[in-house]
Amino acid sequence: MARALAMSLRSESDGDRTCRGPLVLILLLLLVAVAGIVSLSAGPTGVGLADLWAYMRGDAASLSVQERVILEAVRLPRTALGLLVGMGLAVSGAMMQGLFRNPLADPGIVGVTSGAGLAAVAAIILGNGLLAPLSVLLGAQFLPLMAFLGGLLNTWMLYQIATRDGRTSTTGLILSGIAIGALTGALMGLLIVMADDRQLRDITFWSLGSLGGATFGRVLSILPFVTLVLAIMPFVASGLDALVLGDAAAFHMGIPVQRLKRIVIVAVAAACGSTVAVAGSIGFVGIVVPHLLRLAMGPSHRLLLPGCALGGAALLLFADSVARTIAAPAELPIGVVTALFGAPIFLFLLLGRSGIGMRDLP
Amino acid sequence: MISADRITVIRSGRRLVDDVSLALHPGRFTVVIGPNGAGKSTLLKVLSGEMRPDAGRVAYAGASGGEKHPAVLARLRAVLPQATQLAFPFTAIEVVRMGAVAQGALEPTAAARSALVRVGLLGFDHRPYPSLSGGEQQRVQFARALAQVPHAVEDGVPRALLLDEPTASLDLRHQIAVLEIARAFADAGGMVLAILHDLNLAAEFGDHLLVLDQGRVVAEGTCRDTIEDAVIDRVYGIAGAVGRLPPLHIPYVLPQSRHR
Repeated sequence: MARALAMSLRSESDGDRTCRGPLVLILLLLLVAVAGIVSLSAGPTGVGLADLWAYMRGDAASLSVQERVILEAVRLPRTALGLLVGMGLAVSGAMMQGLFRNPLADPGIVGVTSGAGLAAVAAIILGNGLLAPLSVLLGAQFLPLMAFLGGLLNTWMLYQIATRDGRTSTTGLILSGIAIGALTGALMGLLIVMADDRQLRDITFWSLGSLGGATFGRVLSILPFVTLVLAIMPFVASGLDALVLGDAAAFHMGIPVQRLKRIVIVAVAAACGSTVAVAGSIGFVGIVVPHLLRLAMGPSHRLLLPGCALGGAALLLFADSVARTIAAPAELPIGVVTALFGAPIFLFLLLGRSGIGMRDLP
Repeated sequence: MISADRITVIRSGRRLVDDVSLALHPGRFTVVIGPNGAGKSTLLKVLSGEMRPDAGRVAYAGASGGEKHPAVLARLRAVLPQATQLAFPFTAIEVVRMGAVAQGALEPTAAARSALVRVGLLGFDHRPYPSLSGGEQQRVQFARALAQVPHAVEDGVPRALLLDEPTASLDLRHQIAVLEIARAFADAGGMVLAILHDLNLAAEFGDHLLVLDQGRVVAEGTCRDTIEDAVIDRVYGIAGAVGRLPPLHIPYVLPQSRHR
């Protein structure tokens, strides 16, 4: 991905990016395919590319029984989960930045993810007690739904606190993110006191993020949420573009601003909440991918949103492949990997020459 | 026709606009003048549908009751706001294209390009908006408004341009160029409302003048007759500034003449 983007970045100065957008989308699509194959083949038990290819063409005998079990029961759901989680994270990041009209708004940094994580933890711990009827009623959807509600509450609170007269200042955003983060941290602490050993391990898992333990059940449980977010992309794209000029200008151009904002808030919460429920909080995907793609294909959401879906999926699959091979047989939490290369890129973009520098911070 | 009937806007206990009525007629260029804080921009926000008045109502002929729907209004009028900042580096053509999309243009990119040419920004298509000068940004926004209402009359319904200080931060040549476009829009049967501070431009280009002070209408009438000493003195506190060019009878305002 880095090389493709670097190529696109180099031609930034000649201005016309109308033709470049579709090209970048095609490159990203190829990148997702490569990332998917890497993700299927990489791991403590490597599955050779030639064997994998033969298997995909229908030659089941090319793999040993053990390899086939690993591929079908472990790698396949894990890759599918990574695909969905990456899409959800990057698209919700881009939508949130459009909503807040601020390139630094990231669901992780401003505390939406932590709200969803808190709700998920609450669901785990209270699922056997206080919330047991709900848990039984909703079954596998209980956890993602709770995380969605937690994310929704946090996004809504954040928007109410940080936005005055339709404008969101970076300072307000980050400060309210800190405040909300402190509150969720405190509540998390309360829950930890009530947790038993197994639940404590789960809580550690939420805070660092991992695709380990992926099952087709989990894939199915977040599928509707991510599908929802992907499905609304074409309907909110031109509205988010217009919103860049301000609430008033967007209204002048026929955008029902309040309705658009409500839809985007729900979509962001759905994507963040459900991904947190299945994979914990994975940082920086929602900010790094939209940033890089804005440089490569321009800020117009028509192409940016689908680009983010592909870029996020590719990034997450690569990150997960690294997470499970670099310290094999042990496994790094994927949040550690995304933060390790995401944070420096974020810092570079913040300070850098790329036109989204500190001068935009009010 | 767009008519505002007895509009009152109250914010934090202050009457920003106080019982103001105004009608925009097809073919007429209406100018609103008044000192800072007179309520000009607030009145424009009410007219555009962006702000709901505390009393009074705004009616759009042709909206057939759809005034509450942003998309209906967007087809009938375009608004040029005061300075607009962008959070993301859209190019000039991408900004103007949004106006064309709002209008429902079949080929929004081509429509956007021709709007940029109309405001004298040929070749600026792919320049990032944040890198443009204040005046150029203002002209890009004007082009966006033009792309949203490319024809003064469409399907027999006149369209409106609502311009909030369209000449602010423009050089002399472009002040005149922008107002000439607006004038031509009115002459073609469209409705134009412009908030101006330059009384000489108001006198040259406007048909109808509304003078606001502290939210109230101080004077209203044709530009030629309304720009006169008594009104200017009352609103701006500058006496003896208005002169008249004999052949055209166009008033001119020369603040230096207060020293006479």
